[in-house]
Amino acid sequence: MNQMNASGWKPGTPVPADRDVEFPTVTGNKALMLEERLLFELGTRETCGVDLPEPDTDAPNRLGKFARRKAMELPGLSEPETVRHYTRLSRQNYAIDLGLFPLGSCTMKHNPRLNEKVARMPGFADVHPLQPVDTIKGALGVIDELSHWLIELTGMSAVAMSPKAGAHGELCGILCIRAALEARGDARKVVLVPESAHGTNPATAAFAGYEVEDIPAGKDGRVDLEALKARLGPDVAGVMITNPNTCGLFERDMKAISDAVHEAGGLVYCDGANFNAIMGRVRPGDLGVDAMHINLHKTFSTPHGGGGPGSGPVVLSEALAPFAPLPFVVKDAQSGELQLVEEENVGDAFPVSFGRMTAFHGQMGMFTRALTYILSHGADGLRQASGDAVLNANYLLRSLDDVLDAPFGEAGHCMHEALFSDDGFAEGMSTLDVAKGLIDEGFHPMTMYFPLVVHGAMLVEPTETESKAVLDQFVTAMRSLAQRAKDGDETLKSAPHHAPRARLDEAQAARKPVLVWQEAEEAEEA
Amino acid sequence: MRYLPLTDPDRGAMLEKIGAASVDALFADVPASHYLDGPVKGLPLHASEMAVEKHMRQLSKQNLAAADAAFFCGAGAYRHHVPATVDHIIQRGEFLTAYTPYQPEIAQGTLQMLFEFQTQVARLYGCAVANASMYDGSTACWEAIVMAARLTKRNRILIGGGVHPHYVSVAQTMARFTPGHVDYELPVLASDAGEDALIARMDEDTSCVVVQYPDIMGRIPDLQRIADAAHEKGALVIAVNTEPVALGALEAPGNLGADIVVGEGQSIGVGLQFGGPYLGLFAITNPKHVRQMPGRLCGETRDADGKRGFVLTLSTREQHIRREKATSNICTNSGLCALAFSVHMTLLGEKGLTALAAENHRLACLAADRLEKVPGAKVLNDTFFNEFTLVLDTETRPLVRDLAARGVLAGVSLGRLFPDGDGRENGLLVTITETNTEDDIETLAKALEGALGEGEAA
Amino acid sequence: MPRYFTEEHEWIDVEGETATIGITDYAQEQLGDIVFVEVPQEGTELAKGAEAAVVESVKAASDVYAPISGTVTEGNSALEDEPELVNSSPEEEGWFFRITVSDKGQLDALMDEGAYKTFCEGLD
Repeated sequence: MNQMNASGWKPGTPVPADRDVEFPTVTGNKALMLEERLLFELGTRETCGVDLPEPDTDAPNRLGKFARRKAMELPGLSEPETVRHYTRLSRQNYAIDLGLFPLGSCTMKHNPRLNEKVARMPGFADVHPLQPVDTIKGALGVIDELSHWLIELTGMSAVAMSPKAGAHGELCGILCIRAALEARGDARKVVLVPESAHGTNPATAAFAGYEVEDIPAGKDGRVDLEALKARLGPDVAGVMITNPNTCGLFERDMKAISDAVHEAGGLVYCDGANFNAIMGRVRPGDLGVDAMHINLHKTFSTPHGGGGPGSGPVVLSEALAPFAPLPFVVKDAQSGELQLVEEENVGDAFPVSFGRMTAFHGQMGMFTRALTYILSHGADGLRQASGDAVLNANYLLRSLDDVLDAPFGEAGHCMHEALFSDDGFAEGMSTLDVAKGLIDEGFHPMTMYFPLVVHGAMLVEPTETESKAVLDQFVTAMRSLAQRAKDGDETLKSAPHHAPRARLDEAQAARKPVLVWQEAEEAEEA
Repeated sequence: MRYLPLTDPDRGAMLEKIGAASVDALFADVPASHYLDGPVKGLPLHASEMAVEKHMRQLSKQNLAAADAAFFCGAGAYRHHVPATVDHIIQRGEFLTAYTPYQPEIAQGTLQMLFEFQTQVARLYGCAVANASMYDGSTACWEAIVMAARLTKRNRILIGGGVHPHYVSVAQTMARFTPGHVDYELPVLASDAGEDALIARMDEDTSCVVVQYPDIMGRIPDLQRIADAAHEKGALVIAVNTEPVALGALEAPGNLGADIVVGEGQSIGVGLQFGGPYLGLFAITNPKHVRQMPGRLCGETRDADGKRGFVLTLSTREQHIRREKATSNICTNSGLCALAFSVHMTLLGEKGLTALAAENHRLACLAADRLEKVPGAKVLNDTFFNEFTLVLDTETRPLVRDLAARGVLAGVSLGRLFPDGDGRENGLLVTITETNTEDDIETLAKALEGALGEGEAA
Repeated sequence: MPRYFTEEHEWIDVEGETATIGITDYAQEQLGDIVFVEVPQEGTELAKGAEAAVVESVKAASDVYAPISGTVTEGNSALEDEPELVNSSPEEEGWFFRITVSDKGQLDALMDEGAYKTFCEGLD
């Protein structure tokens, strides 16, 4: 033997760690799990990650008397430091790209990358909203083509494209209803909202100046048609209904509800947050709906981006179409030429439009993504998508309803989300504990404590872009967690144990809000 | 369909578990008379990635991209160079495909970013607190008006003539359906920003005075003087800023007496995108008013192990809890645009933002001097940052259209923003940023000389 | 000193012409960690049933209604900095506001401690 192991490197067989022992590190990092300090602790006012000409401080300026004197105290980082800072932060986020994100009512489906590529084409990304119309024919084309799809899929007459998100779209729809009623000299005061509604619905109606009255749900989780009929009258401007509703059920009586509301002189708003369940299967326009917003960031796959931007176009019935806000695109019936209607040319053709809800044209970057998604699917693919979304939800419902209470499980099939309650959990165990347990199992929790009509609600929406293998793994995790919740497993109370952070103290955050970073000394003085 | 993972055998097995005969059977609650038995008629069927990309590219080519023209448009949307790093970061799936951070243990990335963003915005604006963003500048402006009404319990909304007309239109739309009453007079084509007229209209019923800084004609109003006068009447001052790069050169509105500062953040990191998605910024100078503030807020706290962490906080102001008593009906913010802003602002830092602002202003001064020499044109402004109003001896609307056909996007015609004439139709708002070269400025000057000369010849 | 209770889970202590009002232990238990309380200003005239105060936990916000009519003589300023007093001492240090008693007859409709206890048991 003439060659010994000179380097001394002897990998050997890995020794298993004692699982109950922590292995603290001096940095607080744990291998790939890296702690990252705040930008304000890393950067300096002198550091810069872009190359710009050195300013000539003696040059004459035309800023008047308000040239800046006070420092801004904005720290900068070089490019490599910037990339590392945000890359480290990104790794503390869960995302659809990492795994199942079954948030009921949120439709967290796969975000196709073709959409991103298309939105970045210079002809879409690098165009100013106030360029002359001859130079933006393609943008008008996108709006027109997407409008056509939305109108056809919903069976409506028109669409207002500019609302910036779902709640903004709701507001647009309610303002259209109010404008239409005022135009016929019939100001009404009350909007009826089922108690299972999204919280945005009553907030929107109140914002538009309406009194809000609750309509109770029946035992089967649907709107109580008789109670609704009993409340209708000359003071009721309309109803706001979510269909499919927040219990994951289709409102079977939707047409009867619409007919009754119309009979009483009111109008029907439908919250379209759950349109993913019925796209290509049933058209809200055929059910008598007058206005419905569509969340492009749910149904049509534009990314949620950690909380926006969204996009909430509103489809309108014939009765409401003339009241749509500015601006909009119209197509000349003869020439097929697209026209942009704004303040200067709204004139006699559209006398009752109620003005703008936002600057410019709405979320163009979301329109290009949504249209790309829609064209990829086509009419057949969209129908298949809603079918698979509903199939996936029912598969979860029936794979879990023997271990978790499903309050409306007996009522038949669900739509695209399955609803469970905390009934049967051991004393002291809650929906929150199950949710935090899911984090440890590598899943994003479902929607918790919503809808309010079910105690400890868990609303699970898998979407159509999950495979059966993923659903089966989720079922395994949920069955285990359900059992632990029933057994009163105390370790669940302190979950998550494997996330970047343990449970956070939300009470402290709200009692003494710290909303901006301050130097330690400053903070102590304050 | 490439986005749908289920196979037919999967579907069969799952239906068996459910106890349903077919996918259609799952829709039994939909009345048969309204259930569609196949794809919606008259619409195309699914298409390959290649085919869709081709179709969309054709549409995109019908637009004139700013990079392919000599480009001078602004008026609330600005073309700045966005470093490549920004787009790389916002395309990381962990940011792009995450939801609102309601589960903070697995959303610290988004939350820490929002906390940093709030701090950046507060410092940029000279304010105490900023929120985690709103839809855009125009809706942020309306939300500020509503907040002022809540605080003052007054309903008269006084809007200065220098405010972007789209922002005014949004306020007028919303006020029509709420108790607010908007008092707004169109701007006068003058070198000063109309401070005297605005101050004269203030009274004891005035809830807020809305002032844009710099204003829609590029002028820099005396914000401090307006604020002093408004405060004397017990009104709050809302400063609107549509070009945050300007604040690299100008004093922050919060340091000049503004109570609420709102604006459009698009300039930094977001790009033009034909008007959206953009980024509403919202900040206040008095931290005591934070519970009256709209929109999401991220706050610092500790986790169960004592580690620093961040959560969305004060959420009881929001619609999902307060329902009809919410401070606003806004639900979604502009998270990814806030990230783009924050990354770009981090790359710039104070040094970079100051240098960027200086370069914008230097080029704008050059442009103003050069365009002043165009026969038939004069610069309206005494003061400006990176955009100014050029008054021509002809209507600018058709001129802008003609020049566009020759590859020059000369600016935004005031005639388009203010369709009611009164001299404004001869105004052209010209914007210069660091993306313009001195050659571009010469191209614009020559194009204007040519166009105005043709007019004289005819 | 008689203590009265309402179905909205408020308690009322009456001493001479003044009543002190807060929320009950049962209510704070239901709300969870209290993070913010807004009490009415001195001099505010309140009609019975009017919104008098707001109490917020992390995930819920509730209005507190005036159980009787009167004029506010004092709000509990300690709650501004220490809303958690409502959790730790709901029926003593965590009181909300004091109000003049303008109509003693309004007290007759309220519950005594025993009746309130029975009322709460019926809710669980």
